[in-house]
Amino acid sequence: MAEASVMSLAPAARNPLGRWLVYALLTGFAAFYLVPLLVVVLNSVRTAQDIGATSVIGWPRELALDNFSRAWSSYCIAQTCAGIAPYMWNSFLLVVPATIISTLLGALNGYSVALWRFRGDNWVFGLVTLGVFLPEQMKLIPWVLVLRDLGLTNSIAGLVLIHVVQGISFTTLFCRNYYVAIPAELLKAARIDGAGYFRIFWRIVLPLSPPILIVTVIWQFTHIWNEFLYGVTFTSGPQQPVTAALIALSVSVSEAPQYGVQSAAVLLAALPTLLVYLFGGKYFLRGLTAGAVK
Amino acid sequence: MSALVIRNVRKRFGAQEVLKGIDIAAESGEFIVLVGPSGCGKSTLLNIVAGLEQPDAGDVEIAGRVVTRVPPKDRDIAMVFQSYALYPTMTVRQNITFGMACRGVPKRQQAEAVARTARLLQIEALLDRKPSQLSGGQRQRVAMGRALVRDPLLFLFDEPLSNLDAKLRVEMRMEIKQLHRRIGATMVYVTHDQIEAMTMATRIAVMHQGEVQQFADPDTVYNRPANLFVARFMGAPPMNTVAARLVGGERPVAVIGAGRPDEIRLPLPAEGGPPPDWRDREVVLGIRPEAIAEAGRRFGVEEGSFSTLEAPVEMTEPTGAETIVMMRLGGEPVLGRVAPDVRPVVGGAARFAVDTRRICLFDPATERLIA
Repeated sequence: MAEASVMSLAPAARNPLGRWLVYALLTGFAAFYLVPLLVVVLNSVRTAQDIGATSVIGWPRELALDNFSRAWSSYCIAQTCAGIAPYMWNSFLLVVPATIISTLLGALNGYSVALWRFRGDNWVFGLVTLGVFLPEQMKLIPWVLVLRDLGLTNSIAGLVLIHVVQGISFTTLFCRNYYVAIPAELLKAARIDGAGYFRIFWRIVLPLSPPILIVTVIWQFTHIWNEFLYGVTFTSGPQQPVTAALIALSVSVSEAPQYGVQSAAVLLAALPTLLVYLFGGKYFLRGLTAGAVK
Repeated sequence: MSALVIRNVRKRFGAQEVLKGIDIAAESGEFIVLVGPSGCGKSTLLNIVAGLEQPDAGDVEIAGRVVTRVPPKDRDIAMVFQSYALYPTMTVRQNITFGMACRGVPKRQQAEAVARTARLLQIEALLDRKPSQLSGGQRQRVAMGRALVRDPLLFLFDEPLSNLDAKLRVEMRMEIKQLHRRIGATMVYVTHDQIEAMTMATRIAVMHQGEVQQFADPDTVYNRPANLFVARFMGAPPMNTVAARLVGGERPVAVIGAGRPDEIRLPLPAEGGPPPDWRDREVVLGIRPEAIAEAGRRFGVEEGSFSTLEAPVEMTEPTGAETIVMMRLGGEPVLGRVAPDVRPVVGGAARFAVDTRRICLFDPATERLIA
């Protein structure tokens, strides 16, 4: 592997012009990719008059930082003028339990299918991971029926349930693939020592799991935070998560479009996932590539 | 009372029959070694004794109690694994006490047991380290400690030394043997290394293709192997096995390369010779390399029970402690072990003494020992 990549890099490394071309091309693509973000960031500090006088593309004439405070606490979304703060809170109430529960269930599932042999174990694993491939739209109507029967329509608890159930496919897959690297002799030793299914999980497997749990938590957190379809379908008004509320915000046409405030709201809504990546990113990469036990 | 009885144990994985009816009984305090090439079923048998695998048929009895359907934790056994299987996130102390913690042993009792075991194995200084901070030999000791702290009815070892380097392996081998003598517990030890088997066992079960080929004390297994497989598996270099013919009446003689100008005639000992119906028949003659030495060696016996012969020398291997000589007897390649200072000329002929009491005869059809 290492040799092959060195060899394929060699021609570019020997030719400085070729290397500069590659860098220029990559920088160009990166800049192109970042332009929408740049527009949003610039607009978030421009006043409505400023944007109205020119267009959404342009440099700010003065820094209008109050866009952020208005977006946070006073901007009107669908008749309530409390900014996105309550919806952010909704998202937290949704994301935190859904992430924790789906990760723990995934770890337990992964532990079971990776380290214990039982009749049909491969089928169970196959069926659980099938969920990874099912499109969300396909599951809308079944979820409508389930939430109605459980009395969880238009509630954050209903969304937590959806994301826990749907998350299990991914979290099980992640954890199972990590746990198969745990040597079988470790479990044998524990069984002879007198440990049962749950004690082996808590005392031996879970302490080995931080790398993969970090990966799973980051994945679930960003996925559930950014999720929009279920939020907008199953909740309305004050129950909505922030992604759904942003839509309501952009269609409020009572006054002149407030692009500055809206941009600020978008940035605020994106902040939690950004922070999760900034703080967990290095564990994310480490966890994806780490072997379980050395 | 038998410490362990394995009765007609059978196991099959899919189409492959791994254990074909194993019977082994160990007395209390014995050190039983299961030895055989990889794939012979020895580890599966150990896992069945531990309760980690279920036999398809047969019974396992530990200290008089049938435990075939009893889970591992209730069999009162301890096991040491090839990879040591130390819990990576626990300290050495926690590794050793984990079994007691699972059984709800009071903390004070746990501490006493750890102190006693750590002293026995000289690992007191390591108790607060993690397994990743230990060397291979130290991990091995901790794995032993985890087993010893329990004071079980039966100790099981699954190739515990095969991950150590050669020097450490010899040291640990002696240590385990001393340990066994000191605590007098019953041990079952799986290895593919026939030297470990010879040096440690009170009795050896040689396994091959899911069957016990021979179950006997090391001397018997070495000197009177039950069949050709055991003869060729035990010993390094292994026993020479060559085709021969038995001739003569009252005192039969084994002839190697009969009819050739360089045929070799070896008189067989008066006692324990082949049964009369084997006279004038083809056999396989087995002789240990150390029973062929330089001429003049008397093997500590009187004239008559060894014979002297001349044979062409094809190669010599001086090992320092001795010289291994590859020669031809009646055209068949045979190894001998001569004194270190004896260096026969390669390509020439040399004279050798043969301890004919050590000759084993095998049936060429069944490969079983005849005499």
